[in-house]
Amino acid sequence: MKAFLAKPTVQKIVAALLSIFFGLIFGFLILLVASLLREKASYPFDAFYTIFTGGLRYTGLRGFGIILRFISPILLTGLSVGFAFKTGLFNIGASGQFVAGGFTAAYIAIKWTFIPLEYLWIVALLGAVLVGGIVGMISGLLKAYRNVNEVISSIMLNYIAMITVSNLISVIKDANNPSRTQPPLARIPTLGLDKIFGSNTADMGIFIAIAVALLIYVVLEKTTFGYELKACGYNRNAARYAGINDRLGITLSMTIAGALSGLGGALVYISAITKVFDSLLVLAPEGFDGISVALLGMSNPLGIIFSASFIAILKGAGPSLARSGFNDEVVKIMTAVIIYASAFSLIFREKLGALINRKGTKS
Amino acid sequence: MIDVIELRNITKIFPGIIANDDITLKVRQGEIHALLGENGAGKSTLMSVLFGLYRPEKGSIFINGQEAHIANPNDANRYGIGMVHQHFKLVHNFTVLENVVLGVETVHNGVLSMAEARKKVVELSKRYNLFVEPDHLISDISVGMQQRVEILKMLYRENNILIFDEPTAVLTPQEIDELMKIMKELISEGKTILFITHKLNEIKAVADRVSILRKGRLIDTVDVATTSKESLSEMMVGRKVMLEVEKKLAEPKEVILEVKNMSIKSKHHGKNAVHNVSFKVRRGEILCIAGIEGNGQTDLVYGLTGLSKLSSGEIHYKSVNLADKSIRYRSISGIAHIPEDRHKHGLVLDYNLAENLILQTYFTPKFQNKGFLDFKKIYTNADQVIQKYDIRSGNGSRSITRSMSGGNQQKAIVGRELETNPDLLIAVQPTRGLDVGAIEYIHKTLIDQRDQGKAVILVSLELNEVMSVSDRILVMYEGEIVGQADPAKISQQELGLYMSGSKREEVIE
Ligand SMILES: Nc1ncnc2c1ncn2[C@@H]1O[C@H](COP(=O)(O)OP(=O)(O)OP(=O)(O)O)[C@@H](O)[C@H]1O
Ligand SMILES: [Mg+2]
Repeated sequence: MKAFLAKPTVQKIVAALLSIFFGLIFGFLILLVASLLREKASYPFDAFYTIFTGGLRYTGLRGFGIILRFISPILLTGLSVGFAFKTGLFNIGASGQFVAGGFTAAYIAIKWTFIPLEYLWIVALLGAVLVGGIVGMISGLLKAYRNVNEVISSIMLNYIAMITVSNLISVIKDANNPSRTQPPLARIPTLGLDKIFGSNTADMGIFIAIAVALLIYVVLEKTTFGYELKACGYNRNAARYAGINDRLGITLSMTIAGALSGLGGALVYISAITKVFDSLLVLAPEGFDGISVALLGMSNPLGIIFSASFIAILKGAGPSLARSGFNDEVVKIMTAVIIYASAFSLIFREKLGALINRKGTKS
Repeated sequence: MIDVIELRNITKIFPGIIANDDITLKVRQGEIHALLGENGAGKSTLMSVLFGLYRPEKGSIFINGQEAHIANPNDANRYGIGMVHQHFKLVHNFTVLENVVLGVETVHNGVLSMAEARKKVVELSKRYNLFVEPDHLISDISVGMQQRVEILKMLYRENNILIFDEPTAVLTPQEIDELMKIMKELISEGKTILFITHKLNEIKAVADRVSILRKGRLIDTVDVATTSKESLSEMMVGRKVMLEVEKKLAEPKEVILEVKNMSIKSKHHGKNAVHNVSFKVRRGEILCIAGIEGNGQTDLVYGLTGLSKLSSGEIHYKSVNLADKSIRYRSISGIAHIPEDRHKHGLVLDYNLAENLILQTYFTPKFQNKGFLDFKKIYTNADQVIQKYDIRSGNGSRSITRSMSGGNQQKAIVGRELETNPDLLIAVQPTRGLDVGAIEYIHKTLIDQRDQGKAVILVSLELNEVMSVSDRILVMYEGEIVGQADPAKISQQELGLYMSGSKREEVIE
């Protein structure tokens, strides 16, 4: 038992669970207070229950199918932030990379009629990966060659990408219904998932996202390429000393991070979710959710699969919560508290470690 | 005499290792008390316990006969305890003054008031002959100066128990002499000093008593005056250690490296850091580059290994000009490099030991297959190197390098570089921070390399090492080579004249 608890991985998981626990308690307290203040909101216990089940508001498989649409995009932006983080970079630009990729995918899926229809979605995904990658690469190049902090450059690129896309929407506007974009000619295959789950938002996207997470895990932990990128991230000077091209490493890290977010965008914009491009100039929230997902998942691709699912369930509960008289912002507060708590997880882990050692010496 | 500090039955455990095992140590008021012990014996850990950085699992601390509860460095400060760490803890983009007052700033109505602090810092600096400039940035001053800032921090806080953790490992011989003077000065003011060092000469020079640690246990506390260096090292290692280097005469063979008119621009000033340097290295010899720190040795090595670009000149190595070749090209063609700064270049501190041991070879077929790392081989390799170079740590090959003791980090680097079986080894301060046993081993290995027909370039600030290990000495002064000497024929004094620029001659080969 003691040996089990002393393992760093186990301590990490326990710390993450503790953060979630704190977040939930805090959320519940808010619900309690709200129920005292608001007449409409009278059942805090039910509301708390709704937070977990609301996302699955249709019972059975259908609810599950619907939640999938929330998971895949933030799983990919989470990977994007987490991957950059593991290689020593902070990618705040997931939002911009996400819209840039999403728009590219939509554009290809609408306009590139010269490509056979059955391959169109693949080309659209690749286009999204490419464009997202290029947006990320800009921050990478600036960091590698001009020592511009990637946080600054990627924040700026968020706005550049958002404004560029909102100016380009007119190209794919529906002539008959100017408030919408034209529907994509090809979508991500559903592989029959829509039938199984009874929801047409259940498509292959979730498999793509999980497969990419596994791929990233393998690249980071098992390959020489991952070894090089992490070395650049942890200690750029030592990487250079070992003959690793640190500039190339930093550029590639940001490019891959951008490509992941770009792919996330594609999974949304050429699926049945039919999310429309905002001309309202709002940064894509999926990008920022990616930061939460990565933090809670401790930047570990496998952890991110779980944290993305968890946060997606919470997010999905928003509308149901509103229906039971509570403000759906409660969910956002809870997520925020969980993220804060997980930022403190290092302290939890230290305390946990000390506790285990102390016990060990007494016995 | 009163015991100002008494550590009673201190036990500190880290995962996989008992760093301090039931240690009881008494320190007298007004003495310089040295701590001696092998790398990883637990010296830094014990001092960190006293300074409140670690909570011991067992044991208690008494200050002036009263039990003291020290949970963090602030508590330690209240008891008048200050510490200069093995690896300094300064904010690099702050000035000297800002660093000194950090944490104990004087504030008037919520506004920082630096005037008083400045006065006090200038006064202290004068009184103890520290010569620090309050407004210089830490990143712009030498390591020796940085250490004085650390000392100033303790004086500013009016600490009277001062802990020095290997203060001399990073200093030049001149700076060491000055530090010794400062320490004696401090003692004469009634302060008490705890002094960790691996250099027996220093203990002989300043310490009153010395406590010897081995594998976490206290072996003994003895008077310095009545104990010989030989018996000190025997107590510490548990066997007899050869303090003198034994070697036969070198048999230099063909030239392996020829540097022609190498110049490198300085990053700090307009002049060249290395100016028009030419020399040859032969197989079967240990060539030493001597000089006072900051005279271009570092940049010369950067140029040879590819970390810096040459502004002009050629490097002929095995009949290839390396001047425009990559770092990787050079390491593959048989050049190994033990870097000067182990934390900056030598290690990825967040990688574990096994991962650090393949830093130069991870891409070779030995450790990867089609781009996938072969962890089985990586860990077997680590176990072999750990065994061979006696690298000690809590969790063996899986220890995170950051948690390892300074000397064992150094052994890891030395082991990794030697295991590449290089034709040319460039070793910069290879024994920095090592215990006498490990130094003996490294020196023997360097000489073995030479005897196998390999070439070694040794850069060292330590005159003893320069004189005893090398076969030929080149002296650098202000970026130029100002003299060549045979260590058997030159005295340390004469070498010193070259190093300080008072003497120079044309070196023609
Ligand atoms: N934070 C830590 N976590 C885990 N192990 C540690 C930590 N700090 C030290 N150790 C282990 O405790 C042992 C003692 O380390 P310590 O740094 O006290 O040695 P030292 O005597 O100062 O050696 P050196 O002369 O090399 O500096 C080492 O084996 C080291 O690996
Ligand atoms: Mg130490």
